[in-house]
Amino acid sequence: MERSESELIAAVLKGDSASFEPLVAKYSPRVFATARRYARRESEIEDIAQEVWLKAFDKLASFRGEAPFEHWLMRLTVRTCYDFLRGHQRNRESSFSEISEPEEDWLERFVTDPGSAAEDADAARLLVNRVLDKLPPEGRLVIQLLEIEDRSVKEIADLTGWSVPLVKVRAFRARAEMRKILARMSKDKYL
Amino acid sequence: MNLAELHQRLTAAARRQTPDDRVPYAFEKRIMALVAERSANSGRLLWARGLWRAAVSCVAVAAVCGAVSFFMPASADNNNDLSQDFENTLLASVEQPDAAP
Repeated sequence: MERSESELIAAVLKGDSASFEPLVAKYSPRVFATARRYARRESEIEDIAQEVWLKAFDKLASFRGEAPFEHWLMRLTVRTCYDFLRGHQRNRESSFSEISEPEEDWLERFVTDPGSAAEDADAARLLVNRVLDKLPPEGRLVIQLLEIEDRSVKEIADLTGWSVPLVKVRAFRARAEMRKILARMSKDKYL
Repeated sequence: MNLAELHQRLTAAARRQTPDDRVPYAFEKRIMALVAERSANSGRLLWARGLWRAAVSCVAVAAVCGAVSFFMPASADNNNDLSQDFENTLLASVEQPDAAP
């Protein structure tokens, strides 16, 4: 008979570490999907997922069972991704001169006829990833959660451990920063 | 260029991106191996942490004693010497049998 999540967690806390495996197998796809939103290289994504699960094992005693295990794990995952972003602040100051040809074409299409620049184009995805990579870690996290995943400010506060006013301030700053990056990109390309 | 619209377009493009939830082969086995390794090391880790804490406390006590002996004025009465008292107390049990008739 399949054991419930709470039974598995109780068993792990009693010292039966093998009961942790079904939890890892069940929730790893969600952990990987979240990690892939913040990291690009597969090795970095695996490192994040591994760290999430080791932290989950170490901190399992702090899971009180008031909310579903998945929520608790997602909080841990988002915070680990944020730590990753803080540790890997690379290429933020670089210019947009290195954007690829398809991205450049997409931008040109957008300038000449915004309607013809499709949102589902691969070039648009590459471009948005490039812009997101240039944001500071807290800005990147808040834009990802608020604008891309469409989460509420309260949800973000719960996931990140930041207060509601802090989320709002960081969202405001992140949007301003994103506008600045876009302005710089258009200046680099078209002036 | 309309930056607000570009922002909207790019955000919409990011929303359309559904992240891949593929898990590498035998990932859970790797995690379980690491967990088992951690469990085996946890006893040693506990001792190491305890010993480090004890070492820090000992250094703190030694520093306080050193500071007290350095800054306290030396007593004129040698009979009240703390080190002498300590030695007498320590050796009392050894010296007692000799003192008995």
